[in-house]
Amino acid sequence: MKDLTKIVHAGEKPDPSTGAIVTPIFQTATYVMDGVGKDKGYDYSRHNHPTRRALELKMAALEGGVDATCFSAGMAAIDALMHTLRSGDHVLACDDLYGGTKRLFREIYTHVGIQFDLIDMSDPSVIKKGIKKNTKMVFIETPSNPMLKLIDIKAAAKAAKDAKIHCVVDNTFMTPYFQRPLELGADVVIHSLTKYLSGHNDLIGGAVITTDKDFAEKLNWMAKSVGNGLGPMDSYLTIRGIKTLGLRMEQHNSNALKIAKFLEDHPKVSKVIYPGLKSHPQHALAMKQATGFGGMISFELKGGIKAGIKCMESVKVWLLAESLGGVESMVTHPYTMTHKDVPEDQKKKLGITQGLVRLSVGIEDADDLIEDLDQAIN
Amino acid sequence: MAKDGQKKERSDDEGSSKDEPERKAPGFETMAIHAGESDEEHYRAVVPPIYHTSTYKLEEVGKFHGYDYSRSGNPTRAMLERKLACLEEAKYGLAFSSGMAAVNAVVALLESGAHVVSEENVYGGTHRLLSKVYPKYKIDLTWVDATDLSKVEKAIKKETKLLWIETPTNPLLKILDIEALAKIAHANKVLLVVDNTFSSPYLQRPIEHGADIVVHSTTKYIGGHSDFIGGAVVTSNDQAYLDMAYYQNAAGAVPSPNDCYMAARSLKTLALRMRQHCFNAKKIAEFLDGDSRVKKVYYPGLPDHPGHELAKKQMDDFGGIITFEVNGDHETTKAFVSELHYFALAVSLGAVESLIAHPASMTHASLTGGEKQKIGIKDNMVRISVGIEEVEDLIQDLDIALTKTIGTRK
Repeated sequence: MKDLTKIVHAGEKPDPSTGAIVTPIFQTATYVMDGVGKDKGYDYSRHNHPTRRALELKMAALEGGVDATCFSAGMAAIDALMHTLRSGDHVLACDDLYGGTKRLFREIYTHVGIQFDLIDMSDPSVIKKGIKKNTKMVFIETPSNPMLKLIDIKAAAKAAKDAKIHCVVDNTFMTPYFQRPLELGADVVIHSLTKYLSGHNDLIGGAVITTDKDFAEKLNWMAKSVGNGLGPMDSYLTIRGIKTLGLRMEQHNSNALKIAKFLEDHPKVSKVIYPGLKSHPQHALAMKQATGFGGMISFELKGGIKAGIKCMESVKVWLLAESLGGVESMVTHPYTMTHKDVPEDQKKKLGITQGLVRLSVGIEDADDLIEDLDQAIN
Repeated sequence: MAKDGQKKERSDDEGSSKDEPERKAPGFETMAIHAGESDEEHYRAVVPPIYHTSTYKLEEVGKFHGYDYSRSGNPTRAMLERKLACLEEAKYGLAFSSGMAAVNAVVALLESGAHVVSEENVYGGTHRLLSKVYPKYKIDLTWVDATDLSKVEKAIKKETKLLWIETPTNPLLKILDIEALAKIAHANKVLLVVDNTFSSPYLQRPIEHGADIVVHSTTKYIGGHSDFIGGAVVTSNDQAYLDMAYYQNAAGAVPSPNDCYMAARSLKTLALRMRQHCFNAKKIAEFLDGDSRVKKVYYPGLPDHPGHELAKKQMDDFGGIITFEVNGDHETTKAFVSELHYFALAVSLGAVESLIAHPASMTHASLTGGEKQKIGIKDNMVRISVGIEEVEDLIQDLDIALTKTIGTRK
């Protein structure tokens, strides 16, 4: 099955009782049993429900995993993943992670005795050195948020495999349409479904997809025990969003490439970070491990923080808001918004300056977006 | 059921000017309908909108209108949280994606090395979380029969941070003394957590009796229609609230705005539904109690229930859940359940539809045989969640099923 076909059909079957082509929204808490101990596959919607299950099968098919579990938020997906660990375990992660992931590691899981090392993995040979006896997981984001640094998934997965531990990739920025980490050797993929997959900024959700059947069962057990599974309405909206994933990603990508080039040529712009630009230090790796560059761009103006803020507040078509990956174009100030909980010294080290602007390029007409950015910069 | 005279301190219920005659504090039914809804204009719509949005547009960098991202906060969820806090007589409410996510947010207050004392007869899911998830983080646990206060006192150690109870308990409907347990907890600097799912705030408000944190599966009586999964935590403890709110955002087990709206909508009929649940359950408990085909009936509304007097003291009525033992073995019990017409065999409870569950194989399936035996969960035991149908139909349904499996009523 080709990608665009898979996106529309995978995981879904006509409703067995009516033939409805669209998966029904099962807005029910519980299921009547045929007799004591006999159910029809569902007993209570916290454990799972047919709408979430259809989405899970779709996600597993798109990422090339054996199974998936969908959660109430991207952070809930990462939380469930962390819940598979125990006191004394160690996680090796890349240093440029989404602020919420860092917060979860630092403020929640260190208190129950889980250890974390966050290192720069641009050179993948450091991963092998960073793996300790008690390391259970290599956790990466590529491209990273917001510095759009790339990590060689194949190399990271190999280092993890050699140590017999899991390689986890947050694939939120690329989606399975552009990048399939499981095909490159990773064991687990996580997503914030809120972003490109649902794509309309109208829900909060997350997913974990894996090639390891036992691990998938563990995650399902955790979703049931901790009770952070995705509800039926949001499961349906995500399925509905995924139907146009291919079309949207192509448009995000082509718009972003035009905008990145426009910014690169702009006399008032000091720095543009976009993996699709030849000037990006890992452009070749982006070409190798993904089929597109995505819709995220970060840049800095020559006028520094003052000019950056003025620009963010002067846009008209672009929206100043948190989140990304929706049909609407958004500008974000990572320093005060998505990464505000990251300590000052780490921000400095990573390059998250006060003047850095992050763009989530939507699917509007690229000319309108460029015209609006141009007037805001000037 | 007079609930007047309860002074509310929440800003949404105030707002009268100097010239207006003073109003008495609103009663439960009034709060259930109006509390928490009036903070924003919404084009003056009587019912607040469902905010199906993930994010919010900022006015300028660093300046937003109270909401920046829906995992962190959503107006529909905030409305439900305010309403629940009001109804539980608490300062703060937090809504979660399930009752278990709410339970988890409370347990997540603990760090490695902490200790929990819990009533041994808690919902199977809570039992699983405390005994199978948290021990690997070196969070220690002691089960006790909390009807015996001296056992609770003995179980508390230097490291104890939480005392966890449900009352009435699930499925044995034991009644635990909230006030006495709160005193023991507070004397030891321990927080008392009460799962108030079986009573709903209409029948019991544990914070009035000294509890620090109340948790709910809003899927049950609060939601009341078996149509969503949700949970909530309410508290008046500032620090616990801040920590759990932080965790709610950090770990992201949040409910969808759609489900928050449905929970708030359901609260408007909570009082009416609870009155009917209690009325029906009392009639059914009396019918079962005098029936030789039934071995034992557990319902706190029956005068010979060991917790009857305490229930009268701390609850406004006895609720809609009845547990009973069929006078027969496991096979007879299974046959009885399959003969019922109105009582659907399904997990969950607290809804308009009557449901029946077999705790040993369903709600408490995660317990070992030994654990079930110790607590008193038996194979011939069924738990009914009495709905709001016509009670005569429900009694007839039970009678016919008992007749078909055991014989006519004597």
